[in-house]
Amino acid sequence: MFAYVVRRVLYAVPILIGVNLITFALFFVVNTPDDMARMQLGARRVTPEAVEKWKAERGYDLPLVWNAAAQGTGKATRTIFFQKSVRLFVFDFGYSEDKRDIAAEIKARMWPSLALALPVFLVGLAVCISFALLMAFFRATYLDFWGVVLCVAMMSISTLFYIIGGQYVASKVWHLVPISGYAGGLDAAKFLALPVLIGVISGIGASSRWYRTLFLEEMGKDYVRTARAKGLAESVVLFRHVLKNALIPILTGVVVVIPLLFLGSLLSESFFGIPGLGSYTIDAIQAQDFAVVRSMVFIGSVLYIAGLILTDISYTLVDPRIRLE
Amino acid sequence: MRVLPLLLVLLAGCGEVWNNPYPAADRGGNILYSVFADRPKHLDPAQSYTSDEAIFTRQVYEPPLQYHYLKRPYELIPLTAAEVPRPRLVEKGGSTYSIYEIRIKPGIRYQPHPAFVSENQNLREKAIERLNSPYDLPLGTRELTADDYVYQIKRLAHPQLHTPIFGLMSEYIVGLKEYAERLKDAVRPGQWLDLREHALEGVTRVDAHTYRVMLKGRYPQFAYWLAMPFFAPMPWEAEKFFHQPGMAEKNFTLDWWPVGTGPFMLSQNDPNARMVLERNPNFRGEAYPSAGEAGDAARGLLADAGKTMPFVDKAVYTREKEAIPLWNKFLQGYYDLSGISSDNFDQAVRISLEGDAALTPEMETRGIRLDTTIAPTIYYLGANWLDPVVGGSMGGAAAERARKLRQALAIAVDWEEYLSIFANGRGVPSYSPLAPGIFGFREGAEAINPVTHEWKDGKARRRPLEAARKLLAEAGYPEGRDAGTGQPLVLYLDTTSRGPGDKAVIDWWRKQFAKLSVQFEPRQTDWNRFQEKLRKGSTQLFIVGWSADYPDPENFMFLLHGPQSRAKNQGENASNYLNPEFDALFERMRNMPNSRERQQVIDRMIEIFRHDAPWIGGFHPKNFALFHSWLGNAKVNEISGNGLKYLRVAPAGRDAARREWNQPVIWPTLLLLLVLVLSAVPAFLGYRRRERMSARPAP
Repeated sequence: MFAYVVRRVLYAVPILIGVNLITFALFFVVNTPDDMARMQLGARRVTPEAVEKWKAERGYDLPLVWNAAAQGTGKATRTIFFQKSVRLFVFDFGYSEDKRDIAAEIKARMWPSLALALPVFLVGLAVCISFALLMAFFRATYLDFWGVVLCVAMMSISTLFYIIGGQYVASKVWHLVPISGYAGGLDAAKFLALPVLIGVISGIGASSRWYRTLFLEEMGKDYVRTARAKGLAESVVLFRHVLKNALIPILTGVVVVIPLLFLGSLLSESFFGIPGLGSYTIDAIQAQDFAVVRSMVFIGSVLYIAGLILTDISYTLVDPRIRLE
Repeated sequence: MRVLPLLLVLLAGCGEVWNNPYPAADRGGNILYSVFADRPKHLDPAQSYTSDEAIFTRQVYEPPLQYHYLKRPYELIPLTAAEVPRPRLVEKGGSTYSIYEIRIKPGIRYQPHPAFVSENQNLREKAIERLNSPYDLPLGTRELTADDYVYQIKRLAHPQLHTPIFGLMSEYIVGLKEYAERLKDAVRPGQWLDLREHALEGVTRVDAHTYRVMLKGRYPQFAYWLAMPFFAPMPWEAEKFFHQPGMAEKNFTLDWWPVGTGPFMLSQNDPNARMVLERNPNFRGEAYPSAGEAGDAARGLLADAGKTMPFVDKAVYTREKEAIPLWNKFLQGYYDLSGISSDNFDQAVRISLEGDAALTPEMETRGIRLDTTIAPTIYYLGANWLDPVVGGSMGGAAAERARKLRQALAIAVDWEEYLSIFANGRGVPSYSPLAPGIFGFREGAEAINPVTHEWKDGKARRRPLEAARKLLAEAGYPEGRDAGTGQPLVLYLDTTSRGPGDKAVIDWWRKQFAKLSVQFEPRQTDWNRFQEKLRKGSTQLFIVGWSADYPDPENFMFLLHGPQSRAKNQGENASNYLNPEFDALFERMRNMPNSRERQQVIDRMIEIFRHDAPWIGGFHPKNFALFHSWLGNAKVNEISGNGLKYLRVAPAGRDAARREWNQPVIWPTLLLLLVLVLSAVPAFLGYRRRERMSARPAP
């Protein structure tokens, strides 16, 4: 397995270079270094000299990907792409365009993101699996029918509606929790209660319906009939046999998102005023802060690859037939 | 399951609210609560320029002058200066120079700061790494001196700083441009550049409390700049302190930790969530104004006359990026003041048939007060002077045709309707570049643009469309078609409005042009491309805005000054308007004191503007501010920005209101839980039945 993991990690390098290249291309198709300078310097009283000075200070006065004026390897290395990308591979994110240390920002913002995403993930998983098992258990009854109807209805509603509706009902009308904001330590609980609840509820529809399908597929298999035939209680059949065997497809979708929890939620963080990495990314895109955007995309790619490797490893844990070679 | 309802009931019985976003320790505190939307980029006075940053910088930094808090029109008064300086004109080598000698009051001290403790100037990197805030270090202070003002003006030319006004100031401050060149050679990477070792010819220290600034020629507007943080003092110790290795990695920079003499100091800097200003214990105290404009006394704005400011101990600014949470928290009493977004306008304000704004009963019940003011800002539909259809640079008959076309459009585009539909009536149409309240602006019948409006029954009324059609025909486009070719006239509006929500605005614009049978094509683009088109002069029609730096007609009229052309010189004249007579009048007007003669010059400039119509109308936005009953001395001041020190809060009233407005409603939660439990009962019964069921029915 070790060799497999090493191989996957090595495969990740060209993927990351590719992602970096695509991010770079997409960003600079829309924004030129001049645009970035003007966005950072403001719209008033900006002189061409100030723009040139800003670019020179940050290395944006170089050619984008090929420096014909340079000698030797400098043609490739004396470029914005090389200068800005190569340090990412040693996780040196440098400074944002407004000269804030990106690593320090990520470190500070990672915890609020996790504080929101982790409970949503864990509670959501537990609720969705339980609800899906319940529907599977009562398959072809009115409970199953109305459960599926509820799931379809819930997955048809926009997340934004859940957020605004939740804020309106829980905070504005019932005054149960603050409508937005964040505090560190235990004080975070009162700010996170509503976004976590909304995060869980908004995910129930799609996930439960999918898990139900997986469980029903498993429940039609011979080993389940055998388990019932030998007199096992239905709860034992479901939790000990069906759940375990249905875990492989669930893991495919679930483990891969675990590392991405660090990146936070773009929408929830904005609406609930949670200073996490999701809102950091949104702010950076709006401010045309390429340094932050490329760092966040890079981290996202690394975490996604890590998630895929973890998924593969998790297969071996839940299914002894699987070997990673 | 039985514990939760019990807990809810017990908590409800405590009488305290649950949705209070602030720590319990702050309850009853003499604290002002407000918001900020965008994280400030710069808090260094040499770089900070936006209103988001001014919320903080203006409370910390003290330039020599400030604006009177209550009086209108805006009036410059001393802040740290002993008096408002009057320029002295001198002739030297055949040139005229203005000399401003600024005397600052003695005895002013800086806020407590580690930069003033000499041991803190040589910290080890490990020690810096352990700090959570610069204020973890021992703190010191010292007296403000004229050298600090001199040092800051030198910083405007620092090669590692981006001062937005460097270009402008280098045209006036003697030697500043050359000074910047010298500093470029002096700066060493990673090393602190001690500006005290480099003299600046035009800025000199006279004595410990006096400094002198020498300007080329006359520049009366310089006094206004002396009221902005660009000219606030900067102690060299602060710059040196933050330049130590390891500081930047901790985000400890002068750009994030301002050091000033003002009534407040920034004690918490978390631009992602919260910024906190606390009372500067070394602040000398300043008396609340004892005079204002008419009506201020009746509104209670003079009740604190002569009392020592500031009144609040702390101001907590929370970051709110979305309008809905912000508005609801204001209604719940968690913010002391608020603006009004379009979404909430109808909930907060009702407009009478006469057009007067008043609060809705819901707001009045809560004791909320409304303050409206017309901002020193203008948004206008500009015509690119370089464009062959709507411009004026081609001269001759073609220019005359284009002029009449612009005038026809200026009549047809109904800005009153625009304001009514898209801004809830929050604004007034502009008849000239000058916003109300700026010297040169005329009131009543004299204010209107006779090209587009007429004065009837004591009101300005837009001229009928027939007048526009007549002008259009004279321009060579009868019925919206080129008289020569018969081709329809197509006009292009460059705009950044391109979302689904902007369709209504685009449709409205189409309707305005359709009134004259002119075809309208929006060229929707992103902000970057839009700005690029303006810089290249490749737009035809466009909408942009300008907020005044200072309340002087020069700061509006320069938007039409030929040498300020955006396409030619990257200036602020976005329409690239060029009229030699206008430019000559501008040169005269900019150096004149406010007087009847200046008014006459301005009148003539406005007359030329109306005749040439480089802008096809526009509007001045009207800002609506809401204040809770417990917030005292609140009055909108669009220019000064240092209003925090004047505000007073009544914490007891605020706490009572919060309790009354935010009592938790728990029965729906209990009901929901009950429904959930009950809905599980059939499932449980079904499970039990199924578990007990035998494989084969009993015989």
